[in-house]
Amino acid sequence: MSTIRFEEVGHQFGERVVLSDVSADLRESRVGIIGSNGSGKSTLARMINGLVHPTSGRVIVDDLEPARHGAEVRRKVSFLFSDPDAQIVMPTVGEDIAFSLRRLSLEKTAVAARVESALELVGLPGYADHPAHHLSSGQKQLLAMASILVTEPSILVCDEPTTLLDMRNTRRLAELLSGLSQQIILVTHDLDLIVGYERVLVIADGRLVADGHGAESVAYYRKLMS
Amino acid sequence: MIGVYRAGNSLLHRTPAGAKLLALLVFTTLLLIFRSPTTMGVGLIVVVLAYALAAYTPVVMLQQIWPMKWIVILLFPFQWWIAGWEAAVVVVGTLVLAVAAAGLVSLTTRTTDLLAVIEWAIQPLRYVRVDPERVALLLTLTIRVVPVINDLVHDVRDARRARGMERSVRAYVTPVVIRTVGYAERLGDALVARGVDD
Repeated sequence: MSTIRFEEVGHQFGERVVLSDVSADLRESRVGIIGSNGSGKSTLARMINGLVHPTSGRVIVDDLEPARHGAEVRRKVSFLFSDPDAQIVMPTVGEDIAFSLRRLSLEKTAVAARVESALELVGLPGYADHPAHHLSSGQKQLLAMASILVTEPSILVCDEPTTLLDMRNTRRLAELLSGLSQQIILVTHDLDLIVGYERVLVIADGRLVADGHGAESVAYYRKLMS
Repeated sequence: MIGVYRAGNSLLHRTPAGAKLLALLVFTTLLLIFRSPTTMGVGLIVVVLAYALAAYTPVVMLQQIWPMKWIVILLFPFQWWIAGWEAAVVVVGTLVLAVAAAGLVSLTTRTTDLLAVIEWAIQPLRYVRVDPERVALLLTLTIRVVPVINDLVHDVRDARRARGMERSVRAYVTPVVIRTVGYAERLGDALVARGVDD
């Protein structure tokens, strides 16, 4: 498993303090991050693959600092956003997944094989030539997932991936996530998804206020919110 | 028009994108050089046959030119009035046939294959510091965002109606601009996350 290390990490947007003094070593295969809206949890997750840089402290992913080695880190760390429409770049499903492989200089047949196997993995076999904008929200999220899994990352950061999904698609995505071998960092408001996780961080007002096993952290968070 | 690829295994589907683009260029150039109603008639036969070769019915061809119906309805009588029926047939015919032929290329060619040809064709622009890969990506994103913005505009129109502000331009333009900028920001983040700049 990879190691993600936050060393006294802080972040400010102008005068507004978004994160303050967060320290944690994440080595577990399943890590959840919870907190209320605007608590700073998404900012923390975005630091893992260098989408946001800390204004104090540092983040280290397997001895690499995303702020300085963004490209190398992003080869290991993939990111799933809550809005799949913003993540889909190409007009058709197959082309979008193939877009993730463009740097690998693979033969067309190899690309097609990897695209089809990624589609099978997420439960969308035979959709390669389907227009991406004709998919349902749930299918779009599964496509976004296929587009990042095809690169075989070692870490998957998912930022509220079930926000726009109905119950059935949420369950489908949860099942898919639970079957993956990658280290998963899941930011979510859906506490059922992370209650069995090995470790869950609770963020409140930009600070790490609880850090423990899923059930323990979820109980703490429920109490905090009541 | 672009990004409407329909999977198939016809001869036209299997023809390389570069050859199809070249044929489209030659076809439209010939229409512009030999400007006569006879040329339009021959052109129409060629286009209908090409659709048949790709296993598409004339209905599919009509679907491609249907979005330009208002242009045809306005332009044809206007041209007839100022330059006669022959000029009207030539001007409108050239437009319609060019769009129908371009539509056929789109229907039978994956966007990525079309963009690969464009990227190859603009390679010389590297000498003036234009990155062909960037240009191709820009074109791809332009194609991709059309349905997204279309959905967004529909949402805003519905929201405006739900609030009883059908006639308010501000209630239409402001959320469209804000949501479009928001979408652009999220798309930018996603492109960075997918290693576009790496």
